[in-house]
Amino acid sequence: MRRLAAGTIGLALVVTGCGSSQETPQATGGGDAASAECQPYAAYGKHPNTKVTIYSPIRDKEADLFQENWKTFSECTGIKITYEGTGEFEAQIQVRVDGGNPPDLAFFPQPGLLARFAKAGKLKPAPPEVEKLTDEGWSPDWKKYGTVDGTFYAAPLGASVKSFVWYSPKMFQENGWQIPKTWNELMTLSDTIAAKGIKPWCAGIESGDATGWPATDWIEDVILRDLGPDGYDQWVEHKIPFNDPKVQAAVDKVGAILKNDKYVNGGYGPVKSIASTAFQEGGVPITEGKCAMHRQASFYANFWPEGTKVAEDGDVFAFYLPGNDTSSKPVLGAGEFVAAFTDRPEVKAMQQYLATADHANGRMKLGTYVSANKGVDLAGAQNPIDKLSMEILRDPQTVFRFDGSDLMPAAVGAGTFWKGMTAWINGKDTKTVLDDIEKSWPKS
Amino acid sequence: MGLEFDFGAEQPKLVMLLLGVVAFLAVVGVMLLLLDRAPMRSRSRLHAAILLAPALTLLTIGLVVPAVRTTLLSFMSGDSKTFVGLDNYVWMFSQPEALLTLRNTLLWVVLVPLLVTGIGLVYAVLVDRSRFEALAKSLVFMPMAISFVGAGIIWKFVYAYRPEDADQIGLLNQIVVWLGGEPRQWLQEPPLNNLFLIFVLVWIQAGFATVVLSAAIKGIPAEIVEAARLDGAGALQMFFRVTLPSIRPAVIVVLVTQAIGTLKLFDIVRTMTNGNFDTSVIAVDMYNNAFRFGETGKGAALAVFLFVLVAPIVWYQTRLRRRVQ
Repeated sequence: MRRLAAGTIGLALVVTGCGSSQETPQATGGGDAASAECQPYAAYGKHPNTKVTIYSPIRDKEADLFQENWKTFSECTGIKITYEGTGEFEAQIQVRVDGGNPPDLAFFPQPGLLARFAKAGKLKPAPPEVEKLTDEGWSPDWKKYGTVDGTFYAAPLGASVKSFVWYSPKMFQENGWQIPKTWNELMTLSDTIAAKGIKPWCAGIESGDATGWPATDWIEDVILRDLGPDGYDQWVEHKIPFNDPKVQAAVDKVGAILKNDKYVNGGYGPVKSIASTAFQEGGVPITEGKCAMHRQASFYANFWPEGTKVAEDGDVFAFYLPGNDTSSKPVLGAGEFVAAFTDRPEVKAMQQYLATADHANGRMKLGTYVSANKGVDLAGAQNPIDKLSMEILRDPQTVFRFDGSDLMPAAVGAGTFWKGMTAWINGKDTKTVLDDIEKSWPKS
Repeated sequence: MGLEFDFGAEQPKLVMLLLGVVAFLAVVGVMLLLLDRAPMRSRSRLHAAILLAPALTLLTIGLVVPAVRTTLLSFMSGDSKTFVGLDNYVWMFSQPEALLTLRNTLLWVVLVPLLVTGIGLVYAVLVDRSRFEALAKSLVFMPMAISFVGAGIIWKFVYAYRPEDADQIGLLNQIVVWLGGEPRQWLQEPPLNNLFLIFVLVWIQAGFATVVLSAAIKGIPAEIVEAARLDGAGALQMFFRVTLPSIRPAVIVVLVTQAIGTLKLFDIVRTMTNGNFDTSVIAVDMYNNAFRFGETGKGAALAVFLFVLVAPIVWYQTRLRRRVQ
């Protein structure tokens, strides 16, 4: 969930409560716009004087780009699209649905939340065309997150890759450091850097009432590597207890980095300073030469100080957080899913359009965007990180898993897991923290 | 885009607004009609009932019903579907995390009223009738004008930490460094961090106590003060034998309001630590459980407990007021 919030709360640290919602009705199209331009949309049919409402956690500039992108679709098909972005999607979508006022379509950033509505019988199963597009465009891992109890509900929309380590190509080149290909190489490199008198890692997990989430991403990445994708799924579904020795070992493996005073917290002080450093500032010391590596998702590209060039030959870039060996590529990520509360023909048409590679390609042309759709043209990527993300996502070796805290019950995934990791960074031992999280898992 | 107001799109809201206004007028109309029709003889009782009806109805909808519902919810599971008996209360008094929250709340509710009243009282006595009284009082009163969230952010900066070799941005750590010490992460060192948070509320509220108590001190009849002086009372004797007994009601009012305010304290903790690092208090835990974790039952149980704690203080205060009158 935090992936989306990150984009919007990035600059506004002090934003509390009260999400602004914007509503922009699209220009009405009569369905008779220039025929050449409308050629690609002929298959969706004509739906004059119809309206589709979309409710979504995506706001501001990103939302504007979405709307700009589907303008032609709207004009050609005659469907008027009303888009509403909100900062409090998780709470408000429940209110809208309970109040008998659901939107036609919603962009869900948490498969867990999507499943709750599906199980309550509020969602319409995806039309066959959408399922076909999903089978063609996305890996089965992705389709699984839009499927509840064997019924397919929602096609993926955007995506982000979380298994990235940011670094300074210049610093690496000057010191002759190589990009590590395995976890062991990563640790050896950390020692090499530490021996040079530079703290190899920097991190920040302060994020208002979501403080702790970047640390949970770390843990998820390591659990995915050490327990394997199946073990990861079992852990997320609570078939493996939270205080299992295997989980404990994984957390300690992260602790070998994050709770190691020789390794952290470059530019900010001792281990404990991680808990009070804003996640937006976590990697900034890399640009000052005070820290060598920072593990954070692809969207961190937006948080570098102005004038920082993000490229393989620039000031900062990212490498894939290596697996235990080179044979497989576990990737932690996140994304949104388009689910429908109604099944009118125009809603189905819109749903179908959003699942196409054409939509993703068009959206990418307008601004930074990552899609896991294999049909997307990589040449259209806005920046090298977007391109690298998409390459990783479509690599056949890649095993993709969704951010676990978005799949767990909120009491854990947005509660005790975040708080527990914050306490852990602040000095609590692994076992106590994991026991507490285990106890907080809802019984029903 | 932002300035356009599309009446067509806002239509449902406008209709609702109109309905609301019409309903309000209708209720007032019916009330007036009933008042007019009511038989003259039993006028006072019946009229009182008619006039009180809307207020009582709103009070029922807005206070009584939610209170009952919250109490019921506190015996239910997180999703409010199954009855779990006293589980939520057992959780509250057995889990180490929850116990810590209760301990912190106790710490707050004992320390804040005492410190606020104590500091306010001493300050009021010290500046009383001095040359700079007005200035001194406005200075200590000024933080009252700052919201809790604003104060939280300000003090977060005061306590901010930077490593030893960097420039300090926090006032407290800068002072420590000037004195030759090492900068510390004040908000991350339990249990001391609770005191740093408590100090923020004392900083805000001391002005309130000063102003109220100062007014009370000024209300002490001059004859009493003069008589005590003539009898040769010293400064300390004056304070404990004359001033304090004379302003006792005002002191109690300050203590009680501070105690209630502190029990429901939320903003400062949420802004500064969000309950991390062993600093949570009941109201923060209640909010998190009920609205963020989907644990409505636990949140409701905490709310009920908070109500139980506040109720006797409110009762005491009302009784006190009645006696004073």
